[in-house]
Amino acid sequence: MLSPLQQRLLNDFQRDFPLSARPYQDIAEQLGVTEQAVLAAFAELNAQHYISRIGPVIRPNQIGASTLVAMAVPADELQAVADLVSAYPEVNHNYEREHHFNLWFVLIAADAAHLQAVLDDIEQHTGYVVLSLPLVQEFFIDLGFPLDLAHA
Amino acid sequence: MLDARDRQLLAHIQLGLPLCARPYQAIGDAIAMPETEVIERLTRLKQQGLIKRLGVIVKHRPLGYNANAMIVWDIPDALIHALGTQLSRYEFVTLCYQRPRLEAWPYNLYCMIHGKDRATVLAQLAQLDSACQLADFKREILFSRQCFKQRGALYPRASKQRAYG
Repeated sequence: MLSPLQQRLLNDFQRDFPLSARPYQDIAEQLGVTEQAVLAAFAELNAQHYISRIGPVIRPNQIGASTLVAMAVPADELQAVADLVSAYPEVNHNYEREHHFNLWFVLIAADAAHLQAVLDDIEQHTGYVVLSLPLVQEFFIDLGFPLDLAHA
Repeated sequence: MLDARDRQLLAHIQLGLPLCARPYQAIGDAIAMPETEVIERLTRLKQQGLIKRLGVIVKHRPLGYNANAMIVWDIPDALIHALGTQLSRYEFVTLCYQRPRLEAWPYNLYCMIHGKDRATVLAQLAQLDSACQLADFKREILFSRQCFKQRGALYPRASKQRAYG
C-alpha cells in the first residue's frame, strides 16, 4: 500500500522537480513533512520498484542515435531471444507484445554506426531479422502521467 | 544546442538523482562541476526543451497499469501531422510518434495507451476512432504481454565505443 506521502511524491513531481540546492527539502516544505521523510519515502518507492529513477527525460535524437526494433520470434524461443537482447546495455524497454511481431525494444547508441553494429549483432546472434523503426517525428510532449492511485 | 559539458552532465544525471541532501552537488562532484553550474545548466536545458521534463519517472506496471497497448495506423502522409497532434492531446495517450513504413510493417503512426485494464484501453481507443475519424485507416493493436527489461532511455556518453563481433 502506498502512503499518502508516497502518492504525492509519485504524482506531483514528475515534471518540475525542484532545481535548487536542496530539492528534497523544498519538496518536504511543500508537503509539510521533513526532508528525512521525503528521502525515506523515495528510497522505499525505489526499493519496491515503483519508480525507475528521478531524472531527466531527454528529447529523442539529441544525443546519440536510437530506434524502435521489432522481431518475430517463435513462442518457444522467445524467452531465450529476449534474454539475449536484454543483455545488451544499449537495449531498453524490451517487451513481448501480442502479435506475429512479438518482441519490441528500444535501442540507443552513441551514433548511427554503433546502432547499426548492434542491430547486425542481434540478427547474427539470434538468427532472426530485426525491423528497425527509427523516429521520424514526435507529436507527444511528455509531461508525465497523471496517476489514478485510488486503487494502486 | 548541447555542448560537451552538457553531454557529460546528462550522461551522469540520467542514471538518477541520488537520494541525499545535495544531489546536484553529488552529481557535480563526479564531473568536477560546481553545484550552481549543474543547476544552471539543467535549468537552461529544460527551458530549451532539450530536457522535456525533470522528475520522478514511474514504472506503470507495479502501479496497476497493466494494460499497455501500442496502436499503429497507416495514415496518408498529408494527414499524419494533424492526426498525430490531435491524438497526443488526449490524456490517456502516453506516446505518439511517426516512424517509417517498411514493407513488412506498413504503418507510420504509433500511439501508446496505458490503462488499468483492456476494456478501458479499448474504450479509449474507440473514443479516438470516432473523435479523430480514424476508423477507416488500417491499424493494429498490440497489447504488451510481459516486460523483459524496463529502463528509461539511457544515452551513452559520446566517446563510448564498443566492439561487436
